[in-house]
Amino acid sequence: MSSVGAALPGSADDASTAGRAGPRRILDGAGRDSAAAHALQRTWSDKPGVLGFLRTNDHKRIGRRFVVTAFLFFLLAGALAAVMRAQLALPDSHLVGPDLYDQLFTMHGTTMMFVFAVPVMQGLSVYFVPLMVGTRNTAFPRMTQCAYWVYVVGALTFWIAFALNTGADAGWFAYVPLTGPQYGVGHRADLWNNLVNFTEAMGLMVAVDIATVILKMRAPGMSLRRMPLFVWASLVASVMIIFAMPSVMLAANLVSFDRTFGTHFFNPAEGGDALLWQHLFWFFGHPEVYFIFIPALGFVSTIIPVFARRPMFGHDAVVMSLIATGFLAFGLWVHHMFATNLPELGKSFFTAMSYMIAIPTAVQIFCWIATLWTGRLNLRVPLLFVLGFFFIFVIGGLSGIMVGSVPLDLQVHDTYFVVAHLHYVLIGGAVFPLFGILHYWFPKLTGRMLDERLGRWQFWLFFVGFNVAFFPMHILGLQGMPRRMYTYGAETGWGPMNLVATIGAAVIAVSVLLFLVNVVRSWLHGERAGDDPWGADTLEWSTRSPPPPYNFAALPVVTSRQPLWAPRPPDAPTHVSGLSAEDREGLVTTVLDALPDVRYSYPEPTVWPFVAAWAVYAWLFWSGLSSAGMFWGLIPPAIAFIGWYWPSEKETTRQILLDKRP
Amino acid sequence: MIEALHNVQAPGGVQAQAVYHLWLLLLAVCTIVFVAVMAALALALRRARRAGAETRPRVELLERREPAVVRAVVIGVAVSAALLLGLLGASVYTSRTLAGMPLTDALHIELTAHQWWWEARYDDPAPSRIFLTANELHVPVGRPVLLTLRASDVIHSFWVPSLTGKKDLIPGREAMVTFRADHAGVYRGQCAEFCGYQHAKMALFVFADEPEAWQHWAEGQLAPAAAPRTALEARGRELFETGTCAMCHAVAGTLAGGRHAPDLTHVASRATLAAGAMPNDVAARTAWILDPQAIKPGVNMPATRLAPEDAAAITAFLGSLQ
Repeated sequence: MSSVGAALPGSADDASTAGRAGPRRILDGAGRDSAAAHALQRTWSDKPGVLGFLRTNDHKRIGRRFVVTAFLFFLLAGALAAVMRAQLALPDSHLVGPDLYDQLFTMHGTTMMFVFAVPVMQGLSVYFVPLMVGTRNTAFPRMTQCAYWVYVVGALTFWIAFALNTGADAGWFAYVPLTGPQYGVGHRADLWNNLVNFTEAMGLMVAVDIATVILKMRAPGMSLRRMPLFVWASLVASVMIIFAMPSVMLAANLVSFDRTFGTHFFNPAEGGDALLWQHLFWFFGHPEVYFIFIPALGFVSTIIPVFARRPMFGHDAVVMSLIATGFLAFGLWVHHMFATNLPELGKSFFTAMSYMIAIPTAVQIFCWIATLWTGRLNLRVPLLFVLGFFFIFVIGGLSGIMVGSVPLDLQVHDTYFVVAHLHYVLIGGAVFPLFGILHYWFPKLTGRMLDERLGRWQFWLFFVGFNVAFFPMHILGLQGMPRRMYTYGAETGWGPMNLVATIGAAVIAVSVLLFLVNVVRSWLHGERAGDDPWGADTLEWSTRSPPPPYNFAALPVVTSRQPLWAPRPPDAPTHVSGLSAEDREGLVTTVLDALPDVRYSYPEPTVWPFVAAWAVYAWLFWSGLSSAGMFWGLIPPAIAFIGWYWPSEKETTRQILLDKRP
Repeated sequence: MIEALHNVQAPGGVQAQAVYHLWLLLLAVCTIVFVAVMAALALALRRARRAGAETRPRVELLERREPAVVRAVVIGVAVSAALLLGLLGASVYTSRTLAGMPLTDALHIELTAHQWWWEARYDDPAPSRIFLTANELHVPVGRPVLLTLRASDVIHSFWVPSLTGKKDLIPGREAMVTFRADHAGVYRGQCAEFCGYQHAKMALFVFADEPEAWQHWAEGQLAPAAAPRTALEARGRELFETGTCAMCHAVAGTLAGGRHAPDLTHVASRATLAAGAMPNDVAARTAWILDPQAIKPGVNMPATRLAPEDAAAITAFLGSLQ
């Protein structure tokens, strides 16, 4: 093995010490049991106990927390869906009344979109992007640490309020005037606004962090052309989040102003406009679907090459498609508003845009099929979920072509046809790949394999249950059943199809339970995975399973798109060493070519980002209830942020030393 | 309750018919595309050899061109783009067809949505021929109808699947929708935009009558309320006029002139009560008056405490309002 001294000219190859002038300092270097590895272990480990838990900014611990927390909310929101399906199974059912039912579908939609889908995708990015690009942590680990707690406090408040019968009840789209001061009585709408503020702040913080890691901290040699497709997908999704989320945050706060301070942004009687909300919401809401879906495309592009035992066919075309999807997704929002009195010619433009975005998706589907066609298939559970994705997502995409057409959309808009469509797109397009990638990455996360047989059962139950639950909804929509109805009369004839849908939902529930059983059993007793159980091509599989706190004993040098597959040029180094093993150091590289640029010191773990999340929470929650809170509530966040940035003498001394020599 | 048509695939008028044709086209094209993509996937699965995690990956493909595969993918994408362009054309063409429905001699109705009922005002150049009704429309077969849509509180959406697609009723923004019923019959519509607790119970029935029958119905609606024929009905009318009913409801030709709730001048002629929530019979009327919250929780009508004989009187009066 050869290496290259990146940061320190003249450093010894594989050096673990550099004992020239001054005290002996340990440098990083390859080898799992070297002195360097032990020093790195000491440097990067968190303290045990509760304080260590709250202080950690290790991207793996934070990322895992995101995924686990998001999954818990997935189960909760799924349970709400089960209650709704039970209510709708029979006509004129009295299981739940309108008040609870409105909360159920609002909580279900809001939780799935804001509290499950976005955080689970971002959590997987937080965990895997640094591993895939070959670095030791995210760029701003304290910010992501804070983001996690911002997310937790926001989501918990939302759900505790629901438990106290103050759950939001105006739909996940929260249209004014139903959420305005006149019709949104009580604090239900305030809590929805509160949740949006928190989850969007979380989303923005994580997106900035992920985008920075991807652009500035890739392993030396990982030029943009060599970047794995999931990393591309994370980059596109993060940039989309940065552009889309401010829109809904702004809108939610305008509603808060209307509700709390008596402004009239959305009040038509005072010159406001109820339609303004829909523009602002869908300018975020449509891209949101895509930044949930784009990471899932990244999962598919990660799984297919590994299980077809060949590099992705049309890698460049897939990258271009991801970027094109990211751009086009911002030009579709009005297709949620075809039933409003906007100009008809303008609506046709959005039909055209909706059709145009199908083209990059078609490119990717054909490239995946081509990869499978020319590959040799290892038909394991992750690939099974991808095949399920094809079936379901293609139906969802095609029903998307139907609802993208203005005249046809006016017939199926806001009916069960759209409920079917959106679940085919989001469950088929995002949840199937998500389960696939969880089966794929579980060995890396835990060091153990998920059980294959249970996995196959889970897949088939989910696949069959899903289609039984959601396909009939297309027909219900055509038969005239609108969405968000807490009950329907027997004379409508919607009973039988609804019963079938409910049976399908029960099968889905069994499948998800099987997954939980599989996770718990395998985590405790699963087969040991080893570093690379799938024979995969990307860098996360080059380190231990689960990875050590420092990820890599020495940062890898990348010479191709498939660093674990492709043969290396004979003179190319395998890694860089020369960073301090006694400080949390990483390497900043250039944006396009990933040439080593400067050494970077990661921040030490601290409890302040955790405190800051709670302090900001107190401020926002208080100011949502009274205008005095807006002012006085600023004091706790000020204290927390001063603590966050307060330099310690020990750290400063070490930085000065490191400035001279690592 | 009444049998009514509410199905996108059973059009009863020219607008729904045009959309139905577009639906058939899209359904056919999408089915073919789905079958083709799944066939390609199935062939790929059949054709590709099996492998394990230890199988050597074919990295040599990185260096090699795969012209046959490239050609197949390019053809696939080109065909997809062409189909999309064709469907876009069909969609725009259908929009033009819908907008091009001739409106000469159109019947003009102003439809206002409230939480959770529909108020219809039949317009006429002669002010004396304007009349109000609620929760159902009667239209003549073959004559175009122009609806002006307004909302008084939150956003609602007008939708009669067998006649025409949706149009939202947004407070502060007037909208219009046109349709024509070409076959006599009853068509069920429903509010399609979530509008609060009783969004589920906000139906609207459209009765397409032969022109003479419609004319007869319209003349009937123009007449003031029928005079009480029995003592019970007279007592009911007195209770209605002097009790809380008249605060919100109007009955033309009586002292009741409230404008917050459905006009009841010809309530007995309607097919349902409470926007399709229940049939319009004596038992339902009584139950509704005594405790509307039990039937439609959250509705703006309060419960009325009435002695049984008073309730019977009011019900009898309402039943006389043909």
